[in-house]
Order: sequence, then C-alpha cells, then structure tokens
Amino acid sequence: MADNQKMWGDLGMNLEMHDQLCAVLPGAIGDVFMSQENRPEHMDYFDMVLADVHGLRPAELVEFREKGGKVFGTFCAYVPDEVIIAAGGIATGLCAGSQFWVPGGERYLPANTCPLIKAMLGARFDRTCPFYRLADIYIGETTCDGKKKAYEILGTDVPMHVMDLPQMKRPKDLKKWAEEIKDLLAIAEDLTGNKVTPEKLAEKIKVINAKRAALQRLYDLRKNEKAPISGTDTLLISQIAYYDDPERFTKMVNILCDELDQRVADGVDVAPGAKRILLSGTPMAIPNWKMHNIVETSGAVVVCEETCTGTRYFENQVDESGETLDDMIQNIADRYMGINCACFTPNEGRFDDVIRLAKEYKVDGVIDINLKFCQTYDIEGYTLEQRLNEAGIKVLGIETDYTDSDASQIKTRVEAFVETLA
Amino acid sequence: MNYIGIDIGSTASKVCILKEGEAPMFKVLPTGWNSKITAGIIREELEKLEGGLSACKTIATGYGRISVEYADSVVTEITCHGRGGYEMIGRDCTIIDIGGQDTKYIDVKGGRTVDFLMNDKCAAGTGKFIEVMANRLGLTIDELFDLARHGNPLPISSLCTVFAESEVINYMGEGREREDIAAGVIDSVALKVATLVQRKALQDTVIVTGGLSGNEFFASVLSGKLGRTVIPMPDGRYAGAYGAALIAKERDR
Repeated sequence: MADNQKMWGDLGMNLEMHDQLCAVLPGAIGDVFMSQENRPEHMDYFDMVLADVHGLRPAELVEFREKGGKVFGTFCAYVPDEVIIAAGGIATGLCAGSQFWVPGGERYLPANTCPLIKAMLGARFDRTCPFYRLADIYIGETTCDGKKKAYEILGTDVPMHVMDLPQMKRPKDLKKWAEEIKDLLAIAEDLTGNKVTPEKLAEKIKVINAKRAALQRLYDLRKNEKAPISGTDTLLISQIAYYDDPERFTKMVNILCDELDQRVADGVDVAPGAKRILLSGTPMAIPNWKMHNIVETSGAVVVCEETCTGTRYFENQVDESGETLDDMIQNIADRYMGINCACFTPNEGRFDDVIRLAKEYKVDGVIDINLKFCQTYDIEGYTLEQRLNEAGIKVLGIETDYTDSDASQIKTRVEAFVETLA
Repeated sequence: MNYIGIDIGSTASKVCILKEGEAPMFKVLPTGWNSKITAGIIREELEKLEGGLSACKTIATGYGRISVEYADSVVTEITCHGRGGYEMIGRDCTIIDIGGQDTKYIDVKGGRTVDFLMNDKCAAGTGKFIEVMANRLGLTIDELFDLARHGNPLPISSLCTVFAESEVINYMGEGREREDIAAGVIDSVALKVATLVQRKALQDTVIVTGGLSGNEFFASVLSGKLGRTVIPMPDGRYAGAYGAALIAKERDR
C-alpha cells in the first residue's frame, strides 16, 4: 500500500481526498460481497482485483507506459477495444459509478445531468482516480447529449477523441460507423507509433471474441434453475471486464466457469427459493452495486442484466472471416452496431432483447433501472413496460442515482414487487 | 389465536386486532420520533390481550416495519394495503393510498396486488404536502378542508412542496382569500395524485385509503380529476394494518 501512495503521488493525484475514497471501500466490499453466502471460490481473483482496485491494474499501466506504451481511456460498450489493442495500446474503461465523484462534477455540470456523467468529470478534475490519470487519450462517443457536452469540458484537460456514433441503423449508418472505427485505428496508430496489420487485427479480434465468449459462458450458467452464482458477483465481473487485461480476464472467467459447471452438476443454489429477476436499463459502473444489493437482499436473485455492464457488452461476436483491414473493420462495425442502446431510434431490437432474455433466463419479473436524468432510457422505459405487459412479463420501473438516500424506499418497492411474483 | 397487523407509517401507527368470528378492532397512535418506542407501546397493549403475545400471530408493515422486533414476519405496505382495501370494499379494485410521505396506486384482483406504483421521493401529492400548507395558513388539516369546500381553487402548479409553499406565500402576500388558497391546495394534491395514477389502468371501482381516506370532499375533488367515482373509505387508514392481520391469519393455515 505504501507503494500505491507513491504511485498515486507520482500520478499527480489528490492524495488526501483519495484517502477518503479508499477508506470507505473495505466497508462497502464487506457489506455487499463478503456478506453473501456460498460464493464460488474462484471469485477470489475478482475480489482481489476489487480490493486493490486503484493499485494492481494501475501499477501495470504505469509499467506499460514506462516502456513507451499508450493507454486509451474509454467510457462505453460501443468503443471497439480490438482496434486499440491491435495498435499495441491498452484500452481501459473509465468507470464513474460512485457518488464520491458527483459533487466534483457538479462544479461543471447542470444539476439535471446524470450521475454517471457528473462522476466522470469529478473523477478527472478532483484527481482521485488513477485510471483517469493514466490514460494518454480519452475516447468518447456520441451516445447522449450529456456526454457529448461533458467531453468538450473534459477535452480542456486531457486529449480527447469523440467517435460519432450514428443514431439510426440503416446500411449507410453501418458504413459510417466503420469510417469512425477507421479513424480510431489511425489515431491509435499515430499515438502508439505502431502499424496495424491485417494479421495483428485478426489476432486481436479473436482475443476480444474469446473474452465475450467467456462472459457468454458465465451468463449461460445463470440460466440454470439453481443459481450457481449471485447477480452481485456477476456484476463485479462485468465491471472488471472493462479495465482488466483481456487475456488474463478471459482465463479467470473460464476458470470460474469450470467451478460453476461443477456447481450446476452438484445442484448448488446460492439463492434457494428466490425469485428470478432480469435487470434492464442503464449501465452500472464500478462501484455501483446498489440495485443488485437491494434486489438480492429482498428475496430475489438477479439472473441476467440487459445493460452495458451485462449482455450489451458481450452478446454477438465479430465475424472472424475478414481478410483485409477494410473487411475486418466493417465486421467490427457490424458487431458493435448490433448493440441496442436507447440512443438509437427506432430501437425495437432492445424490446426484443429484453423479452428474449426474460424467456431464456426464465425470469419471474423484470426490473427496469433508470439512472436519474438519463432521458433516452427513461422515455424508452414507457414502451418497454408496454411490450413486457403484452408479453405477460411483470415489470417494475425504478429511477435512482448513486446516493443511498432512496435505498429504503426502493427496497420497499422491490420487496412489494417480489411479493406480487409469489 | 389473535391475528395482529401493525402498520408503522411515517405519521401514524395503526393496529388491527382480528379475533375469530369478531369484527376487526382498530387502534391508531402517533408514530412519534422513534418507531421502536412506538412498537414497544403497541406490544404492551398486545400483552394485555387474553393469552398475551404468545397467542398472537403478528405481521408488521409500513416504513417502520423492521422496528417491530416481536412480529412473526414483515410484509410491505403495498401488499397489505391491497389486501386490506380489497376486504373493505369486497371486490376487485384500484386503491389510491395517500400516506404521510408517499402516494401509491395499487391494482388488486382477488385480494392480491397485481401491480403498483409509488410517487418518486417527493412530498407532492402526499399528506405531508397538505400538512405543510395547513401550517403555512395557520390551520389544522380539518380546518383546511372545511375552508376549501367553500373556496374557488387558485392554481398551485409547482411539483415541489417547497416551491409550492412559495406560491402559497405569494397568494397570501397578494391578500387572496384563505378559502381560495385552501381550495387550491386540495385541488393541487388531487391533480398530482391523478397524474400519478393515470399512468396505469384504473378499474371500475376506485377507493381511497390512507390518512385522507374518509374525507368525502377530497374523494369528490379526486373523482373530478379522474373522471370517475372515487369511493372514500371511512376506515381506510387502517387498510394496511387490516391487510397485515388478514395475511397473518391466512399464513397460519
């Protein structure tokens, strides 16, 4: 830990303020994770990564940069890691899931901005997150107006590249997204000084496909009637997916899945008698475990997340048959444009996804989560609720933020929802 | 066996004692500042019953439900209001429960809650809103209703209780009639409640439970906003406690 302090100091962090953040983490981990019964043994890797979240991985990034490597900070499931790592860079998610960073962001942003965006600016300008310090460039995307405008403010303090994500999914939009990925590739080549060859890109497509396959395997195991792993634990894995080394992460998820295979064979159930819940909606960036914790202490178990820290992150693969760079880039574009985010119109695919997932995971009900002031998901929630009703699937809509102020009201609603499923 | 429902609300705590073959008995007391103390007072009362606490099956509900340590189990106020309200009216219904700190829409079929909605972390459209405005006008809640009956409602459009209070202060500053302001307050609460519940489908029978449940004037204003008859329930404030007692009885079988 002494080494961490030195590293954080060298990174120009606000140590005094950062200590406050470090002080609350052990308690939160204890309350949310260690209080769970019957956890898989191989959660130990993910627990370790979490326990030293600002130490372990940042130290690797420091070492990488000392050797001349470049780090790309990203915010969204639409940014293709394949391209960045093919250029020899490291892609790391810049999570923004804590209330700790919100007041810092409120110095720059209107009150009615979503907590994710506020936390993003707070983490940067308060200098209390090593990942935000370690990224040589931030890669943004136009997934909402709030982020677009916030990137302009971030760009005053750090090199910033914004990918223009189309808002419709017509053939010309798919082409345009491929162009945007081509631009990202050029920027990555320029920054790292490495040329991306077709061989290199083909290799890295396989690396990220393997990562997605491991997550799909993990999720498939949750389809079992007896839950071999809690939703809270799975959420942590999905969050770590954004910033861990992809190959090591894939290996660790597969090791965990081997254990879960055995658990399924042995009939292990981490939540006997609990109602099965699908959470849909806005992303849950680390350390936001609020809804999972509430749901899983209210007589229910989360068996699937239709979120950016869930199925939207790993469903569908990049076609590996491309031979030229252009083909591969189009294949990457096609895969990422298959993600159904509420920033698109129309977004029928997302309603189909939620209903399909509800059936695949045999859920008793859906809880649709909206991060306060996320306009697109909030408005889309109305139609989603109607579609679910038509399909005979019960749904509860919840709007919340990162604070604990509404936790007991939400718990009442979730408990009541679970009672209606009985 | 006695079946007991205890509903610890934000403002008032309600108790229902259900004995085999007898009409339910209801009691109410202020929740005060400590739910545990309130739960203790209720416990003393229950111990006076024949057979004491050991002859009671108790379910606690309401926001203070976890403070009732001697309860056999806890059930949310949403499920309990649904069950109790259904028993009171005797048929499938939509229940609008106006509590001290929240408003609920509860859709009940066959005694079971099938859908519900609560207002979002805000005092608008709750008993608290009326309490704040009555205080501002120097009235009790009953006096506020009495005045409101004779007034022409002034518009109070703010969704926020604090800002709505500013609107009331402005009217007071302009020297408007107190009954018109009072009517505006009631009208505004009814409008906010109607806006909330109209996000969902209403059944033919709509009843009001909670603190304002017996108030015929409020029910008539709300009927106007919803375009259908809303039935006031004289014992509606006990719907949660009654439902809890009924569930305690059902679970005992």
